[in-house]
Amino acid sequence: MNDILHTLPQVLIDGLALGAIYAVVALGYTMVYGILELINFAHGEIFMTGAFVGTAVLLAAQGTGLAASLPPWLFYLLIMLIAMMFTGALGVGIERVAYRPLRKAPKLISLIAAFGVSFVLQDVVRFIAELRTGNYIVSSSSLYGERMSLPASSISSLFGDATVKTNTLIILGAALLLMVALDRFVNRSKWGVAMRAVAQDRETASLMSINVNKVIVLTFFIGSALGGATGVLFAQQYGTIDPYIGFILGMKAFTAAVLGGIGNIRGAMFGGFVIGILEMFASSNLGTLTGGSFGAEYKDVFAFSILIIVLIFKPEGLFGRAVKEKV
Amino acid sequence: MKSKGIGKGKGLAAIVLVMALAAGCGSGNGNSSSNQESGAKSGGQVIKIASQSPLSGGSSIQGEAIKLGAQLSLDDHKDEFSKLGFTLELVPYDDQSDAKKGVANAEQIGADQAVVGVIGHLNSGVSIPSSVVYEKYNLPMISPASTATEFTDRKLKVANRVVARDDFQGPAGAQYAVKTLNAKNIFVIQDKTAYGQGLAEAFRDAAKEAGASIVGYEGITVGEKDFNGVLTTVQSKKPDLIFFGGMYAEGALLVKQAKDKGITAPLMGGDALDSSGMADIAGPDVAGTLYSSVAGDITKSNKEWADSYQAKFSKGPEGYSVYAYDSMSVMLAAVKKSIEDNGGKLPAREKIRDAVRATKDFEGVATKVSFDDKGDNKYAKVFIYKFEGASYPGSMISEVSQ
Repeated sequence: MNDILHTLPQVLIDGLALGAIYAVVALGYTMVYGILELINFAHGEIFMTGAFVGTAVLLAAQGTGLAASLPPWLFYLLIMLIAMMFTGALGVGIERVAYRPLRKAPKLISLIAAFGVSFVLQDVVRFIAELRTGNYIVSSSSLYGERMSLPASSISSLFGDATVKTNTLIILGAALLLMVALDRFVNRSKWGVAMRAVAQDRETASLMSINVNKVIVLTFFIGSALGGATGVLFAQQYGTIDPYIGFILGMKAFTAAVLGGIGNIRGAMFGGFVIGILEMFASSNLGTLTGGSFGAEYKDVFAFSILIIVLIFKPEGLFGRAVKEKV
Repeated sequence: MKSKGIGKGKGLAAIVLVMALAAGCGSGNGNSSSNQESGAKSGGQVIKIASQSPLSGGSSIQGEAIKLGAQLSLDDHKDEFSKLGFTLELVPYDDQSDAKKGVANAEQIGADQAVVGVIGHLNSGVSIPSSVVYEKYNLPMISPASTATEFTDRKLKVANRVVARDDFQGPAGAQYAVKTLNAKNIFVIQDKTAYGQGLAEAFRDAAKEAGASIVGYEGITVGEKDFNGVLTTVQSKKPDLIFFGGMYAEGALLVKQAKDKGITAPLMGGDALDSSGMADIAGPDVAGTLYSSVAGDITKSNKEWADSYQAKFSKGPEGYSVYAYDSMSVMLAAVKKSIEDNGGKLPAREKIRDAVRATKDFEGVATKVSFDDKGDNKYAKVFIYKFEGASYPGSMISEVSQ
């Protein structure tokens, strides 16, 4: 028990960082589902593409010396913006090419198209990455790699000190900023109203002179841009990326969206943090809790068991009904 | 009655389809045999040796090295074989480090009668299921890298390796860690693969026996990037050495994230960390990381060979390059011997298989090779390396023989 308390500050910090990434990626799943009732499985790959675009810009700028002439925070912001524009456009393109022709087809067909898109993206990115380096695992330097110590032991002697990377704080800050901005956009702006209207009833919305196609394009753009931004944060945090990072992460982000109640934006954010912290907690404490018979390798089993238990008692997800409108 | 008629019609269509397919296959075979005949006219009968290693994926650096090492040896022996009236050819296959892909390739290789041997695989998890297929086709394989004990313990007639076994690699690493580094508290992490778990368990047991205490034994998932959870446990146990059984993509991230957490205990791993990928991913944090390897540093022990490799492929050899070279040399020596025993004609695969297993005191570039009755090399050694800075390879600091 003491061990668990001792490591708790560190577990919470790492879990929050991972959870923030899950949360923002989960937004992309939940927004598209809210509007089209389509599970866009290619979203994990959009996240991955964002990570690659960001890293490519970073490496290119470092190669030409441009990086040194800009302050790092501005450079970081610039990379994120470029990656967001790129993945946003990519998301819109995917919607236009793969999903719009199938909009009237049964849901299962669009789902399979989503799988197809995700395989294509994986292999295209792998191909391009291999062209340049001969190896598709790409490493980059971290702009904010400094480490600092968080003296949690001064609060209570039960807690141990935690170490934080500056980038972890950036992830948390950026994720919160993006989520608050999205929440306000959806709930306060004219386009947000249109999005909620389309989510509620597409046909009636179109009768109210809402351009449904434009709203859908906007949804894909925003969702994908958020995914791309998270990709950059992820690449900066872990320093190494490969074309297959989107799959496992996408699965977990999707799970987070389901946990929070799919279609619900605040639910997705909450679900992301819950899954991230649960996973981190399980991977550092399962061994202690079970006396060594189940180790850290069962962390996903643990996190997903919680998901199943929640869904048994609340099939619509944690926030599924608390908020009526969905986007 | 009517429905029965339809059924019959369908059955007929199916038969026609099957026949058409069979005919297609037949003509395919015809083509390849006519190719062989035309080949025979120009440069003698073609002898193919296949290589199987991951040419794409996380271990592609090492997989490519295996292919190129085998290629170099094959090219060196071309003249020798053309004197006997045979043309050598390497057929490289990509197993993607995937057991299913390896087995599918193995079926293809086995069906090609011109192939007499296989060099590969890299991963034990792929070597083990694929060797069953080779056994079916009596096709000898020599692995330059697979170290799992099960690979040869099933006593297959076809499975051989030139490198040491995990149950020696693990103990050799443990011996070094406990005796030389004086590690008392060791934390063991493994990646749940046949290779990683086998190595980690062998290390754990040997380290315990040597007197160290194992303060933790945890697993991680291949393909993930965040190992902070496990590392938090490591931090709370304060070990003086972390042992990792797994591949370099995860190993490098563990090293980096451990440094992020301020863990100062060095990480030690098996031969899978023997890759330039370690230095690429972990950067300067890699300094101090140890790995035991079944491959010696060829750039030190035989500079001449390393230079010829560099000259031919315009990249330096990886750890396994020279073992793939030796594997191919052993294979070709056995093929040559069985041709000579057979009066100058290419004998059946069974003969070559037995000739490979009978290899005794073969002097390779990197290692002497003598296969025992299971296919393990009696002269295999384990080497201990240490990364000095963010550059690969590390420097060889110790050597443990059986």
